[in-house]
Amino acid sequence: MSQTTRLPYLATAALSGLLFGAGLYVSQMVDPLKVLRFLDFGAVSTGGWDPSLAFVIVAAIGVMFVAIRIGRKRQAPAFDTAFNEPEFRRIDTPLVAGSVLFGIGWGMSGICPGPAISLIAFWPPDLLIFLLAMFVGSYAGALIIPSGRERRLAVAR
Amino acid sequence: MDSFSPIPALLGGALIGLASAVLWLGNGRIAGISGIFGQLLPPARTVVWRVVFLLALVLGTLAAAWLFPGLGVGGPGGKPADLVSAPAAWGISTPVWLAIAGVLTGFGTKIGNGCTSGHGVCGIARLSLRSFVAVGIFFSVAIVTVAVTGVV
Repeated sequence: MSQTTRLPYLATAALSGLLFGAGLYVSQMVDPLKVLRFLDFGAVSTGGWDPSLAFVIVAAIGVMFVAIRIGRKRQAPAFDTAFNEPEFRRIDTPLVAGSVLFGIGWGMSGICPGPAISLIAFWPPDLLIFLLAMFVGSYAGALIIPSGRERRLAVAR
Repeated sequence: MDSFSPIPALLGGALIGLASAVLWLGNGRIAGISGIFGQLLPPARTVVWRVVFLLALVLGTLAAAWLFPGLGVGGPGGKPADLVSAPAAWGISTPVWLAIAGVLTGFGTKIGNGCTSGHGVCGIARLSLRSFVAVGIFFSVAIVTVAVTGVV
């Protein structure tokens, strides 16, 4: 039985998912229109700008920063043999191009992948279209980047 | 600025940080939703925990909406969760607008290796240069996109 199908591992994934979903609701980042009111910098001068998203991400980074420091003092996480720390280092074209394309999609919809999934809880009209499109886009992306960890590392280092 | 909500934003953000911390210190995994979602597809090797995480993500949203009703959209007492309407000036129907946005989001986060959670929260916390670049780009481009499209 692989490490990743043991009960403590799956329970940890479930707890993390529950907390993440609760965080998206409490922070209201599940609301695409609230996200767009942050991205709408044109409203700064008229007083209609909503800086909430910045507070969300700064609080999240703060907690995670501490967790990373704690993790650095350990050999391994509690329920697996090693930390899966991304080893890519190079600022390459896929990173830049992908971030540009994601930025356009995010600005058009106010939906990033986390809220896209958590919105399933409220199932607004047309969400299914966005989810299917995101799935198709992700699959198309997987076809053009090198497959396999070793090959990816070879290009990314 | 009537919609600005600093306290729920800080508490919700702390919960998202805690969720990321639990997955990292427990399983050594980055809580990046685009990655967890994107690697459900073949040739994925570890599907079970990803499905568990994503189901729990939906349940967590639902549970919080019932435990803390009326914070914003969703659940009892909340406003309905609405998606954007395509800006009229562009002459595109809303479903097509959302489909384009969805494809760009899926494709972009796949080749860029992350989204707001993976790069934005975990990557910045790890002080990853790639994540600083990605976050700088997708926030800037999203802000320009909102200005250009007039979606709000």
